[in-house]
Amino acid sequence: MSVFDQQSTRKPPISQIGAVLWLKTNLFSSWINSLLTLASLYLLYIMIPPLLDWMIFNASFSFGTVNLFGFDIKFSEAMATNQNCGREGACWPYIYEKLYMYTYGFYPRTETWRPNIVFGLTALLFVIVPLVKHYKHKNRVTLSLIILYPLVSYVLIAGGFGLLMPVSTDQWGGLLLTLIIASVGIIVSFPIGVLLALGRQSNLKVIKLFSTLFIEFIRAVPLITILFMASFVLPLFLESGNYFDKLLRALIGIALFQAAYFAEVVRGGLQAIPRGQYEAADAIGLSYFQKNILIILPQALKISIPNIVGSSISLFKDTTLVLIIGLFDMLAMVNLTSNDPYWLGRETEGFVFVTIVMWAILYTMSRYSRKLELRFNTENTN
Amino acid sequence: MKQLLKLTAASLLVVGALGVQASTLSDVQAKGHVSCGVSKGLAGFSSADSSGTWTGVDVDVCRAVAAATLGDATKVKFVPLTAKERFTALQSGEIDMLSRNTTWTITRDASLGLNFAGVNYYDGQGFMVKSSLGVSSAMELGGAAICIQAGTTTELNLADWGKANGIDYNSVVSDTNAQTLSNYDAGRCDVLTTDASGLYSMRAGANDPSEHVVLPEIISKEPLGPVVRQGDDQWFNIVRWSLNAMITAEEIGVTSATVDMVSNNPERERLMGRSGSTHEYVGLTSDWTYQIIKQVGNYSESFERNIGVNTPIGIARGVNALWSQGGILYSPPFR
Amino acid sequence: MKKLILDSLGKSKHRGSNFRDLLYNNEVRAFFFQVITFVLVVGLFYTAIGNLFENIEERGINTGFSFLNNRAGFDILPFLGNIVVDYTPESSNLTVFYVGLVNTLVVAFIGIILSTLIGLLIGIARLSNNYLISKLAGGYIELFRNIPILLQILFWYNLFINIFPHPKQSLAFFDIAFLNQRGLYLPKPIPEDGFLFVTLAFIIGIIAAYFIKKFFKKKHELTGAHTSTWTYTLGLVIGFPVIVYFLIGSPLQFDYAVLGKFNLKGGMAVVPEFLALTFALSVYTATYIAEAIRSGIEAVDKGQKEAAAAIGLSPIQSLKLIVLPQALRVAIPPTINQYLNLTKNSSLATVIGYPELMSTFGGTVLNQVGQAVEILAMAMLVYLVISLFISLLLNYVNKKMEIQGR
Repeated sequence: MSVFDQQSTRKPPISQIGAVLWLKTNLFSSWINSLLTLASLYLLYIMIPPLLDWMIFNASFSFGTVNLFGFDIKFSEAMATNQNCGREGACWPYIYEKLYMYTYGFYPRTETWRPNIVFGLTALLFVIVPLVKHYKHKNRVTLSLIILYPLVSYVLIAGGFGLLMPVSTDQWGGLLLTLIIASVGIIVSFPIGVLLALGRQSNLKVIKLFSTLFIEFIRAVPLITILFMASFVLPLFLESGNYFDKLLRALIGIALFQAAYFAEVVRGGLQAIPRGQYEAADAIGLSYFQKNILIILPQALKISIPNIVGSSISLFKDTTLVLIIGLFDMLAMVNLTSNDPYWLGRETEGFVFVTIVMWAILYTMSRYSRKLELRFNTENTN
Repeated sequence: MKQLLKLTAASLLVVGALGVQASTLSDVQAKGHVSCGVSKGLAGFSSADSSGTWTGVDVDVCRAVAAATLGDATKVKFVPLTAKERFTALQSGEIDMLSRNTTWTITRDASLGLNFAGVNYYDGQGFMVKSSLGVSSAMELGGAAICIQAGTTTELNLADWGKANGIDYNSVVSDTNAQTLSNYDAGRCDVLTTDASGLYSMRAGANDPSEHVVLPEIISKEPLGPVVRQGDDQWFNIVRWSLNAMITAEEIGVTSATVDMVSNNPERERLMGRSGSTHEYVGLTSDWTYQIIKQVGNYSESFERNIGVNTPIGIARGVNALWSQGGILYSPPFR
Repeated sequence: MKKLILDSLGKSKHRGSNFRDLLYNNEVRAFFFQVITFVLVVGLFYTAIGNLFENIEERGINTGFSFLNNRAGFDILPFLGNIVVDYTPESSNLTVFYVGLVNTLVVAFIGIILSTLIGLLIGIARLSNNYLISKLAGGYIELFRNIPILLQILFWYNLFINIFPHPKQSLAFFDIAFLNQRGLYLPKPIPEDGFLFVTLAFIIGIIAAYFIKKFFKKKHELTGAHTSTWTYTLGLVIGFPVIVYFLIGSPLQFDYAVLGKFNLKGGMAVVPEFLALTFALSVYTATYIAEAIRSGIEAVDKGQKEAAAAIGLSPIQSLKLIVLPQALRVAIPPTINQYLNLTKNSSLATVIGYPELMSTFGGTVLNQVGQAVEILAMAMLVYLVISLFISLLLNYVNKKMEIQGR
């Protein structure tokens, strides 16, 4: 028999455990914090419910019967029309009806598999590159992907090779065009940007002057003025009777614009390389190009990767500006599709839809870049 | 060096192209399609349906030219253009013709190196207000805020009209007709002004079309029509007479459904290319007008299909009726 | 290898001694490359400009800047630009340029102030120990940073014109200021004779306040006694002009907005296009500024805060006197870059029709006149000058910060 009974431990006071403690330390630690908390809650209260009402509770989901992966899902008897869709909430059947236009633009319906493969490849690229980081030949894999991806994509989308029927650029549109402009802009401008960065760091006065002038000029003016230049003035610079394709003109403008920004990012990387590296490369007798390609650039680019991704994200956001010069990217589709006589006046739904899609893509990209940043940070501090 | 070679080759090609360019028709037949500049989206005039097919009365003019020159109304490459780009695109040769609700004015016809090939819609600038305002005439609009779209003759017309009538107003300018409409709908302005056809299509897109009235005043003449480059009369004739063929077909009552019927009306037989030799004058095959009517339809069919009273836009023929039915639509004879 | 050694040993001796050496001589190569670049760039420009003139002549496009004197003939949304340069449709195209310029600068100026305030607030809130506040600030950054600015401008504009009331149900503030769909109506000040003195008094007040502040600061440095100067400042900058104003006999009239048949008439209208554009640009740019401020604050050594607490400064004092001054050194350069971005992004106003440079001069005038080369060149020049100005500012700030740092 024990001398004394063990008493059950007393429970900690309610204010020191679980949800209450969390609330107290995180939300109501002082009177000013409590006030801020209440104000924030009120802010959420006046913003969220009307938004949900419009997007979900008052919205129309009468898609009719939707075939999803071979299963028929019946939302309603028939698909809603513009008339019986209601105006208190969103009319999502409009988006469903125009989804093809938002995704592929005027791309022929029979050829949809081609952009689909490109979409798949793009997604795969983002998955593969981080996966191969421990693989022995990772550089070779990455490099061949970077070269192969644009080639394969171009062949698939433009067609005209072998059995693939040609699809002219005026038929590209929607999200497809947004992705094309962004990726071509990034891929084409990158080498130009690196050259400009080297040019700006060069000892050759003339090259340095031209590079600096170009970079500073482009960075000083808004993209829209450059797009206007590409759209209205560039054709005048060519011999008469010659003209570039409209998309190509915009791409030239965007690539030159982005090159200036990449140049500054890469220059930042170049400046971070210790002088000793240059001197060592010189000492073992490497030529200028050997020195840069083998020693300097690999290090500089590695440092710059987070900023390169950041700059690419900015470019992706800026692709929406092509609507001002009359290309049908995803945002421009809002105007076009809500001018269909049978679906008039549905801009709001269109804008909300485009916003959600763009946000999802950009948010994923920025998360991805943060991951890269962390990875390179840890490697640098080791 | 390679670059230089390329450049030389390119310039040789250009010289070659200049020789060929003299004839837009052979150019078009060689390419296999007509490049036609259209609006970026104006309901009933040129807009894309859910499958991406372009429809509208402006679009039908392009299709008629394609049917006449290539025998296939679907062989059109539509180039959507903003108001700013349209003339440059035509001048530079990027498009073969422009059919983009473009007002025929002397400045554009005479000073830009362009030719207007006719009128496919007689329009005029009008005003729309909310019926709740109780306004019945544009003269009562002093002090109102007026929504207009930038980059068109509309802006200039409005300023002229305000000055001439001593009416003081605030103009609210937007870039696209969609934004103009949503401005007006939200109440940013009291009055919406644009071409009357646009007013009707905008009314159709409003939350409640019955809440809006179009005022009786029309403050400008806006004859809209297809445009071609100067200097190629054959192409000019093809575009002009493709449009005229559609109007003539309505006059003599030929539709896409009845086009195959043989009749003893000589004018009809001439139009169908079954007698006479009009096709030789424009350098096309004898069935060129037949193909237009068969594939695109006559003017009335195009009108009713795209903007007529049975469409959401619901425009009555009005001045765009045939001259014989109280309108001003008139085609010179096919003879 | 032999060549290399020879080169490095006796450059001058061997220079030009044979062709091979010449080819591999660094200086010769450098010269050669520069000449090639120069010829290529100049050649490119020469060809392009030659073609330009040929094309312009062929297409019958006018050249030169005489279009600037032509009558504009269209209306511009009445805002500050119209008032400053007195615009009517009878004015010239050059006047349109000035209107656009003024409107661009106004948006940039107000946008910069507003974005800094929001950015500062969000940046600090991001580091708050209040869970909800910190998460909301984080959500704000993630949301607005990842939506293209063009969409945001459209969003705010359409929101404003839809949620503000109709002019007949304006939200009124004592019949002095009104808010409705057509804008924010403020009384329009009309200065009369003698108002100059009030302005003068204001300027004198500012100068005096500056010297008083300087005096007390010196005193603080010498004796350690802290004197709060804000009462003096307030009295001199606000009180003094107010007294002068009433002494002279209220030489200022106000034109209040009154309800007309359709609209409010009179007063000074701040149009919703301006409100939406400024708000959208500020909200978007603030996400970047907030991140800059946050990284600035995080860069301040923790010991600094602890030391501040140890010498008995309150959290507010610690933030104001210790943390922020150090954090700003890190945060200011990226923030100034964002000011340039904000100014450039203001050119997107064309989608909502705010009459800034690119929508009036680079938009309507370009469309009427068609002289893209001249008009775009003028517009680009404006942005170049603004950018140059901001770069100079950045250099100045960097230099000033550097000195303080040592």
